[in-house]
Amino acid sequence: MVYSYFPGCTLKNKARDLDLYGRRAAQALGVTLEEIPEWQCCGGVYPMNEDEIAVRLSSVRALNYAKENGGTLVTICSACHNVIKQVNNDMAADGTISTHANNYLKQDGIEYHGEAREIHYLELLRDEIGYDKVRAAVKNPLKGRKIGAYYGCLLLRPSNVMKMDDAEHPTIMEDLIEAMGAEKVVYAMRNECCGGYQTLEDKEVPAKRARMILENAKDNGADTVITACPLCYYNLKKQAEAEGVRVVYFTELLAQALGVKDENESAAAGDGDGAPACKCPMAAKEETK
Amino acid sequence: MQRIGVFVCHCGSNIAATVDVEAVAAAAKKVPGVVFSADYMYMCSEAGQALVKDTIKNEKLTGVVVCSCSPHMHENTFRKAASSVGMNPYMVEIANIREQCSWVHKDRELATQKAIGLMQAAVAKVQLNAPLTAGTTPVTKRALVIGGGIAGMQAALDIAEAGFDVDIVEQKPTIGGKMAQLDKTFPTLDCASCIVTPKMVEVAQNEKVHIYSYSEVTDVRGFVGNFTATIKRKARYVDEKKCTGCGLCTEKCPMRKVPDEWNMNMGKRSAVYIPFAQAIPKVATIDPRYCLHLTKGTCGICSRVCEAGAINYQAKDEFIEEKYGAIVVATGYEMIDPGAYDEYAYTQSPDVVTSLEYERLMSAAGPTGGHLVRPSDGKEPKKIVFIQCVGSREEDSCKGGKPYCSKVCCMYTAKHAILTKDHYPDTDITVFYIDVRTPGKLFDEFYRRAVEQYGVHYIKGAVGKVVPNPVTGKLEVQGADLILNEQVHIDADMVVLAAAIEPSRSARQVATMLTASMDTNGFFTEAHAKLRPVESPTAGVFLCGMAQGPKDIPETVGQAGAAAAKVIGLLVKNELTNNACVAHPDEWMCNGCSQCEKVCPYGAITYVEKEFKMPDRTKKMRRVAQVNEAVCQGCGACTVTCPSGAMDLKGFSNSEIMAEVDALCR
Amino acid sequence: MTADYDVTAEEIEQISGVNPLRCMRCGRCSATCPAYDEMEYHPHQFVAMVERGEIDKLMESQSIYKCMSCMACIERCPRQVKPARLIEAIRLAVVRKQGGNHLCPDDVPALYDPDLPQQALVSAYRKFTK
Repeated sequence: MVYSYFPGCTLKNKARDLDLYGRRAAQALGVTLEEIPEWQCCGGVYPMNEDEIAVRLSSVRALNYAKENGGTLVTICSACHNVIKQVNNDMAADGTISTHANNYLKQDGIEYHGEAREIHYLELLRDEIGYDKVRAAVKNPLKGRKIGAYYGCLLLRPSNVMKMDDAEHPTIMEDLIEAMGAEKVVYAMRNECCGGYQTLEDKEVPAKRARMILENAKDNGADTVITACPLCYYNLKKQAEAEGVRVVYFTELLAQALGVKDENESAAAGDGDGAPACKCPMAAKEETK
Repeated sequence: MQRIGVFVCHCGSNIAATVDVEAVAAAAKKVPGVVFSADYMYMCSEAGQALVKDTIKNEKLTGVVVCSCSPHMHENTFRKAASSVGMNPYMVEIANIREQCSWVHKDRELATQKAIGLMQAAVAKVQLNAPLTAGTTPVTKRALVIGGGIAGMQAALDIAEAGFDVDIVEQKPTIGGKMAQLDKTFPTLDCASCIVTPKMVEVAQNEKVHIYSYSEVTDVRGFVGNFTATIKRKARYVDEKKCTGCGLCTEKCPMRKVPDEWNMNMGKRSAVYIPFAQAIPKVATIDPRYCLHLTKGTCGICSRVCEAGAINYQAKDEFIEEKYGAIVVATGYEMIDPGAYDEYAYTQSPDVVTSLEYERLMSAAGPTGGHLVRPSDGKEPKKIVFIQCVGSREEDSCKGGKPYCSKVCCMYTAKHAILTKDHYPDTDITVFYIDVRTPGKLFDEFYRRAVEQYGVHYIKGAVGKVVPNPVTGKLEVQGADLILNEQVHIDADMVVLAAAIEPSRSARQVATMLTASMDTNGFFTEAHAKLRPVESPTAGVFLCGMAQGPKDIPETVGQAGAAAAKVIGLLVKNELTNNACVAHPDEWMCNGCSQCEKVCPYGAITYVEKEFKMPDRTKKMRRVAQVNEAVCQGCGACTVTCPSGAMDLKGFSNSEIMAEVDALCR
Repeated sequence: MTADYDVTAEEIEQISGVNPLRCMRCGRCSATCPAYDEMEYHPHQFVAMVERGEIDKLMESQSIYKCMSCMACIERCPRQVKPARLIEAIRLAVVRKQGGNHLCPDDVPALYDPDLPQQALVSAYRKFTK
């Protein structure tokens, strides 16, 4: 099985582990993620207002490529997933946005009305590959590990568009945890915000949020918390040591369970060491103004 | 030749402001067959009716046309008036020049022309009208009540009081309904059991009332006055007649881990069980999902210990058929599963409970014997948070929420708060509310007592999240106080969710069987929201209790009495007058094709073999349609389906309708 | 600060797609908001103030930069009001003005942390600048 894949900018830089292990695990499960050419940043956050058209275009271009190449676009990063899925919904259901966006894209010869399907890697595992197959492929069951899923906001909300799972009582990550042979830990804070991009301006807000989340996970018995979002990972990771809970990308744990992670391998940039600090393209643009 | 009178009504200015009524009356005089015409301010008034009656006598009229409002309003009025002076009522026609003319047009001239056209069409129809006589059918003097809660019991008792036989069909092993599960009732705080169990006994002892418990209505045929219902008596595996209700089997049953639905699954019961001590009928029931003998073929203890020999593992579902004149729907309600609102952690902590579960925790007959303790650790809660409107008042909800107010939650929450404070005065209670709705006698006073006398904290606002903390055992409640404009954090020991009320899950099936209509929320609709609140639009079907919409106990009892009065009004009649406008076939034209039989929605048409004397004096057997006039509702589906034009509708014959159309097109 | 932003409540309602009249004043948005304590005006007040046309006060408030876009208020609102969209619309009305950017490139080096994911910068830029 081959799927069109949108990695997103963070997975090419600070969150290389999320990408690397995601691809490897997919390969081990017989799925190839084919990175789409010349993808552009999704914008990081979904533009909630009706009159913001230009910032939706990169998502539409990616979706249009997927439409012509297999019909399905896979994302791993929660933020990319949230933005692209919501934009896809706009293109299918919101006539005003769809008309305006298509007017822009005419010059590229693109006409798009939500024909492609956008799915998150977790949905790929659950719905396309199937957790039974994942379970059968596990070589190193994570026996004895107590793992809490951290959904954050972007995977689930708004649920009437995301449709991944019950927004208040999700099971998609817990089922994966069990498929990997570990014990799931359900805790109430798993779908509460980590503070997100507020971390840029005020470190204390996300610090407080992350402590509440990790404490709740730990109080329920979790030794590890998994996430699909680089920003959640960053915010949680900062408090992880103090709280005594490990924070890892879900793909890394999956790769480990499937036996495709070299334990001696130096993590690419997941922990922030190694890779050079990358300037965000938007920051660079602003500076040259 | 008919002698027709035309009476044009002004309806005050309702008609006269837009239609030149005098011109309509004048135009009528020129129509062939019309011997009299007049206009009058209010034709439906005493004086107006007198004008109609006097004219019928003086002018020896054979037909009447009244140009006025919709026939829905006053057709009956004028037909009665005509009938009182000896005219067949079906010789009266209404030309609707109000709803279908003056109210929908502005141009006086055009409206007047249209009114004249409508008048002419009605006259053309009366020209062809023939006197009709309605037949009658006898009434079965027995009522069926579906549901044995407080609504159904009260309706049954009131019907029985008037001397009619009543059957109650209840799907649970006992009657009593939700009310029997309640602890106390608002606003008087009298014990629910103390008032509902005597009612149950009264039902059981009433010779006119028969209880089919653990039973379901599976089919209903027929029509008002003559329903036939099929009742499925589910296999109880215990002979109701032999069982003495001694309870020995329930004590000896080794399968004791069955979730006790009577206690909202918070306790356990045995596989053979009597729901509660005051259950009626007080007989045991074996739960086939859990019984070791029925599932595995082992055990058999209950059969050995039963001295009455009442246990019968071979029992099968039985079906019985019974005839009824009227049916009362009292199917009641359920509470929604608040699991969809898991931000309140209902699925995550046993200490987050619904109000009905809290009711059982407060009840002396409940799983804790009335000792209020947390389900998780058996400790008394010191801090309790009540959350209102869980799933009520939601719009476009993707969680299965309801757009309506569930009506009873504000009051029962005040009751829970007061009772808790009464028994455990040092309990700290907070209620998060959107609005406190307490319309009802002594209701607001009751709620104020909770605040002023008992010190219950009412916070205008909502709860956004409940986080169970397994280390402290607390439920961390995060809410908004809109008056103080603050986010509040409460470490609670228990959280109680006022989950929305929804119709019983069996209601939809009942509605389908009865062809009774439901609203978008699944509540039964009434024939008229204001004027016929306990009648279904389906004749002979009556409504009471939560099946019709959320309501409290006194309202339910009142409505049950009203439904019973309507049933009695029906059952005292020896016969019902049928609709006179029924289909009837011209047997000579009928070719026996059965098309009409297939389209009739009421099953009124059958086919018979009949001997005909042919013109050449021979005899011939032919297959022809027959209409049961008692069942026919006059919808006309058969008349338009009949390929040979044999089927016609009395009062709306093809020729009458064509005459109306011709008159309009002239 | 001048009180005239030339933005009307109708424009805010239009670009956000929010109809404040759908609000029934339950406060679920503010009850669930993770940024509540950082805000001067809270989510339910945004809805009520837009309904009353008090746009200027909201535009002058720092509250518009505190929303984390977690969409909890959107998800849990029983009337589908979507308060976060209103906050976004008002913030956009501010940052779209000349010199209205909340985040300047010069600020970034001081705020920067080598571990910070690109996503945080991109998101903050998307939210705070035009």
